[in-house]
Amino acid sequence: MSSVRLLVGTRKGAFIITSDGKREDWKIDGPHFGGWEMYHLKGSPADPDRIYASQSSSWFGQLVQRSNDGGRTWETMDNHFVYDGETGTHLYYDNTPHPWEFKRIWHFEPSLRDPDVVYAGAEDAALFRSSDGGKSWQEIPALRAAQGEKWQPGAGGMGLHTIVLDPSNPNRLFVAISAAGVFRTDDAGGTWRPVNRGLKSDYLPDPEVEVGFCVHRIAMHPSRPGTLFMQLHWDVNRSDDGGEHWHEVSGNLPSDFGFPIDVHAHEPDTIYVVPILSDSEHYPPEGKLRVYRSRTGGNEWEPLTNGLPQSHCYVNVLRDAMSVDSLDPGGVYFGTTGGQVYGSPNGGDRWVTIARDLPPVLSVEAQTLP
Amino acid sequence: MIRVILPYHLRNLAQVSGEVTVHVRPPATLGAVVDALETSFPALRGTIRDRTTGKRRPFVRFYACAEDFSNESPETQLPPEVESGREPLLIIGAIAGG
Repeated sequence: MSSVRLLVGTRKGAFIITSDGKREDWKIDGPHFGGWEMYHLKGSPADPDRIYASQSSSWFGQLVQRSNDGGRTWETMDNHFVYDGETGTHLYYDNTPHPWEFKRIWHFEPSLRDPDVVYAGAEDAALFRSSDGGKSWQEIPALRAAQGEKWQPGAGGMGLHTIVLDPSNPNRLFVAISAAGVFRTDDAGGTWRPVNRGLKSDYLPDPEVEVGFCVHRIAMHPSRPGTLFMQLHWDVNRSDDGGEHWHEVSGNLPSDFGFPIDVHAHEPDTIYVVPILSDSEHYPPEGKLRVYRSRTGGNEWEPLTNGLPQSHCYVNVLRDAMSVDSLDPGGVYFGTTGGQVYGSPNGGDRWVTIARDLPPVLSVEAQTLP
Repeated sequence: MIRVILPYHLRNLAQVSGEVTVHVRPPATLGAVVDALETSFPALRGTIRDRTTGKRRPFVRFYACAEDFSNESPETQLPPEVESGREPLLIIGAIAGG
């Protein structure tokens, strides 16, 4: 029988949470690396027991952990992330040039085909790649040539937080950076260009500007790789031509500010967001924790509330803290800054509390196991 | 033989309990001891000093024989008591944060 494994990164350690295919009863294992910030954990699609984890602390810096047995045991891998060549400068908060400085890894994206190939998204924004399972890392420097001198940190830092691999074309990758935007390569990283046309941000009055957008996350359904969904700082957007043009699909959302966005595993037009009141108030509107689902690829949204707190709830859901499984019916999961992990075994119609009192949740990745 | 006391999180990372020992050819400098630590326990690379700049991480401090060596250069020779193993080098995670 199939099962689900959730890889949960928190402010004070990682948790491995498992259930059978019914997804009603969950077993929590952890904390792994208790006391450390576990920014993100992700398993290889080619070998789900191969998991990469980003471990960091203000005291001791960035570490990379790898498991070959589904998170039971871990091995410390290489943590030497060196920017390639002359690093140059990006814009700082005050618009002055500022040199690139490595701070941490926000996101790992293992290859769809090779468990030893994994991409790492860094702050200050850059894309690194390992082809030996994390024993060494090389920057893909052409990305920073895509107007990197104009990139600027968002409030949380200048992180490369989203890496989307096109399953139909191994040479095409998308990355998203705060606050720079979405970038695409069609030659496996050799050249990159910004693909942000159609996005609108009040703080960027020039409609022709190519970079500077505070993209929070992008998502793709593997069966429709030309279509991308985006939670921008404000606005939910959609592109149907690989990012060449974007249009807003916020529709009837109570707020179009938020962080995560994800796509149902079997329904490429069913997408999920968690509206947050504003960029000054990082909590849900009216104190009601509501996931919003659109079955039409945007514009028409319905609140999903069954099993979620509908009063006095003032948590946030961070950009990497939502994920879907590929069972039937498809499951949806998310974690909050209040330490709760919620899951729905039926696409969001009903939610169960999987964990109630974890440290603030930074990331949730669902693995569907045979 | 140099005795080193690591902070809690680095002991866990290195998978050791209690103090550790490293061998350093005299004269035992601060930098040579950290080099030896990283060689014996590769998981500690980058946790005490930055991998690129080689600088001590701001929240990591070095103490020996009741003296603060945190701001001394890597070439600084450690006291004879540390070199002889009578006193340990203490690597401390600064008390900060939540």
